[in-house]
Amino acid sequence: MSGLAAGIRAAYYDQKVCVLERHYTIGGLNSFYRLRGRNYDVGLHAVTNFTPPGTRKGPFARLLRQLRMKWDDFGLSPQLMSSISFPGTELLFDNNIDLLRSEVAREFPAQIDNFDRLIDSLVDYDDLEQKHFEVSTRERLEQLIPDPLLIEMILCPIMWYGNPRERDMDWGQFCIMFRSLFLEGFARPFDGVRLILKKLVRKFRDLGGELKLRTGVSKIKVQNGRAIGVVLDSGEELGGENILSSAGAIETFKLCESNDDVHAHTTGQLSFVEAISTLDKFPREFGHDKTIVFFNDSEKFHWERPTEDFCDVRTGVVCTPNNYCYDEKDGDLPDGIMRVTALADYERWRNVDEQQYQSEKQKWFDRVQASATRFVPDYRQHVIDNDMFTPHTIHRFTWHENGAVYGATRKWLDGTTSIKNLFLCGTDQGFVGIIGSIVSGISMANQHLLARS
Amino acid sequence: MTPAEIRAAVIDILETIAPDEDLSNLDDAKEFRDQMELDSMDFLDIVMELRKRYRVQVPEEDYENLVSMASTVSYLEPKMAETPAE
Ligand SMILES: Cc1cc2nc3c(=O)[nH]c(=O)nc-3n(C[C@H](O)[C@H](O)[C@H](O)COP(=O)(O)OP(=O)(O)OC[C@H]3O[C@@H](n4cnc5c(N)ncnc54)[C@H](O)[C@@H]3O)c2cc1C
Repeated sequence: MSGLAAGIRAAYYDQKVCVLERHYTIGGLNSFYRLRGRNYDVGLHAVTNFTPPGTRKGPFARLLRQLRMKWDDFGLSPQLMSSISFPGTELLFDNNIDLLRSEVAREFPAQIDNFDRLIDSLVDYDDLEQKHFEVSTRERLEQLIPDPLLIEMILCPIMWYGNPRERDMDWGQFCIMFRSLFLEGFARPFDGVRLILKKLVRKFRDLGGELKLRTGVSKIKVQNGRAIGVVLDSGEELGGENILSSAGAIETFKLCESNDDVHAHTTGQLSFVEAISTLDKFPREFGHDKTIVFFNDSEKFHWERPTEDFCDVRTGVVCTPNNYCYDEKDGDLPDGIMRVTALADYERWRNVDEQQYQSEKQKWFDRVQASATRFVPDYRQHVIDNDMFTPHTIHRFTWHENGAVYGATRKWLDGTTSIKNLFLCGTDQGFVGIIGSIVSGISMANQHLLARS
Repeated sequence: MTPAEIRAAVIDILETIAPDEDLSNLDDAKEFRDQMELDSMDFLDIVMELRKRYRVQVPEEDYENLVSMASTVSYLEPKMAETPAE
């Protein structure tokens, strides 16, 4: 996604651009597939950063301006309501921060002023200075909010939707994610991520950009500190003036055969499984009307790679794509759908044979659902079809090391590398999620392809 | 192009960059950023659109001339005097 966005910017200003994608389809992690006659969205729970039409501030408004697209092009419908659910304590929120504020005031009356101070401190955060960005979020929060449970409850959704590090989070990343979840909001296109991808591709091609699918890059050729071109999986070579890579930082350094030892310890560790169920009923018919539920089954939220087993189901995210305010003309989706994401260990999933992989998938599908149904109505008797993706799937779609959804634990905020004309964009530049990666592609193209040309 | 034509050309660019802004009440003497929601990415777009549409180059050290409509037009006048109006 970041690659296409960068491509649109450069092509709009008459540069000759070629986007290379190893997969047979577009969108990286934010992809889709058909199985037994049904469309499955891989990446899309929610488009974050949602702001209503006419809004001029914020990443979504900015990307529309920069891509010369209209608000309607994304076809977004806002969420109904979501929750952060811990045992005995629940905070509801929607796309208006007032609901979350009133929930904090209700559950944590002593902390509401502190919570407001937190909001004030991050509302205009724009410090992309690496050393300020990397400050510990836990330390900052402990200073601001002396209530450990509230801290865990704030961290749970934010880490789930954008933290590449284990346990703690970069303060800069936290501020960006807090705004995108709580001060902006969630939405979804009725037709899923397909719609957005199609619009981006059409725009790119209309501007004269070239998109090559099934075209992997196996090597970036470097001479005297400059990238001179790429070698494709087929062996063919392509030259270029500048190269922007959304393949991930460590992955890109490997393609250059540059000495990446110094980066090895920054490989992301966090990967997911997701149990997707198709139902014979719409979720609201059995009393479930929330859009996203972030759950955690104790007072302490553990954001780390599972070390004991294939998955860790103590925490998870339940997404119900039916529960958005879709246009009346669209009605509801064809089926009821419940998706549950849990933490998973890439190494274990990778090191099993096909037979064990299938049986672990079945086993963990059941465990993930059992865990989630402690926090949402039990829907298991309504399941008519299911599928599950694992870290292995994520790796296959993105080629990210470890199937790490949010990439490396360190970010390359200015996008530069030791190779003069090779730049990073997307997840490892620092902005994650659908809107984040598009903004990343735009800003890296602006800084490195346009401003310098 | 005359100054009036240059002004119209800049308005047209602003409309492309920020379609949601109402430009009818734009005060030429005031800075753009005080009247519109423009960030540094949008300023780059003014420069890039000028290059794309009229082949006018604005080097980075001159960006400060593009703060308001009045300063933009007077900066562009000598550069665009020979540019034919569309
Ligand atoms: C389960 C799950 C749920 C998610 N839910 C959401 C959500 O609800 N909302 C949201 O905003 N975000 C969500 N995300 C995150 C979102 O998908 C990513 O942040 C975003 O797609 C990152 O974009 P990107 O451009 O950085 O990388 P990618 O989208 O991963 O694109 C990189 C592309 O590069 C290609 N590539 C890699 N190496 C090579 C090579 N050598 N040669 C050629 N091509 C190569 C890959 O195939 C891929 O297509 C979710 C992710 C997961 C896993």
